[in-house]
Amino acid sequence: MAKKTPEVPSASLADIAFMLLIFFLVTTTMDVDSGLERRLPPFVENPEDDDTPPIKERNVFIVLVNKDNQLLVEGEWMQISDLREKAKEFMANPFDLENLPEKEFKEVPFFGEVGISKGVISLQNDLGTQYGTYIAVQNELVGAINELREELAKSQFGKSYASLEKEQQDAVREIYPQRISEAEPKKVGGN
Amino acid sequence: MHKFKKKGSNELPPISTASLPDIVFMLLFFFMVTTTMREVTLKVRQTLPSATELNKLEKKSLVSYIYVGVPHREFQRAFGIEPRIQLNDQFAEVSDITDYIIAERESRNEAEVPFMITSLKVDEYTKMQIVQDIKQELRKAAALHINYSARKRQEHF
Repeated sequence: MAKKTPEVPSASLADIAFMLLIFFLVTTTMDVDSGLERRLPPFVENPEDDDTPPIKERNVFIVLVNKDNQLLVEGEWMQISDLREKAKEFMANPFDLENLPEKEFKEVPFFGEVGISKGVISLQNDLGTQYGTYIAVQNELVGAINELREELAKSQFGKSYASLEKEQQDAVREIYPQRISEAEPKKVGGN
Repeated sequence: MHKFKKKGSNELPPISTASLPDIVFMLLFFFMVTTTMREVTLKVRQTLPSATELNKLEKKSLVSYIYVGVPHREFQRAFGIEPRIQLNDQFAEVSDITDYIIAERESRNEAEVPFMITSLKVDEYTKMQIVQDIKQELRKAAALHINYSARKRQEHF
């Protein structure tokens, strides 16, 4: 029988592993990055010679934020907490009111023929607006659309929007698109 | 039967530490998988705004960051107390953003470039002027997919 080689001592293995562990604990951060995802419009050289047809007044939901972080929504002074309801009412237009956006009838899978709102939300801010307020307003607008989608998913499929199949989600998204435009910077509100 | 008889003293044997490295390695792998490396040292003070309708940034490798905020105290002598832009590890001007985006694009795989996201980490109390300038630069650089970084806020009724 061959002579046994002596075992490699493994007592220090734990120390080495601890050292690595502590190194990773110190250099890493736990938090997952999250935020509001948006798409910017492509750059246009001269905003004046834009040849897109003008949008009808009833189809635009104008939100102005001035330098003192106050809101003017469709010509009315408003609190951020009321914005979500107002935006939902605008996008859904449940009673086909004259002053709320028109609807375009279109075939959508799972739903048949539905009226899709032509509404666009336009968000304009002053250069002196605080970023925190701007994000709060954006959050409410995105939240309004998410809530509408959620309600539609619940009534049609009896499930929450997040747990729908991909095709079903697409259909719901088609009925309530996220059309929020961030206008070109402008001076809004007096000094 | 005498084969199985205990020999020697009745003393308790010491607890084996042979499995300790395995336990530590398990912890180590857990932390390695769940965490991300801190890449830049922040030179600006930041309190991110809070929001409820958040999307998670899934692919870390596709994200480039732009930080905006008031410089930390040790940099205030040189850079002032107005909010400044930080790209990578240094302070930058609005005009540097285009170069930064191009550099970020070149460091990525060509197939991944269309899916790149720019994350704006901006302090709550910053004025929109600087954010608006950054947005214009990003539009010029055709980096249109952005993410306004925010903290999760619990809904309270």
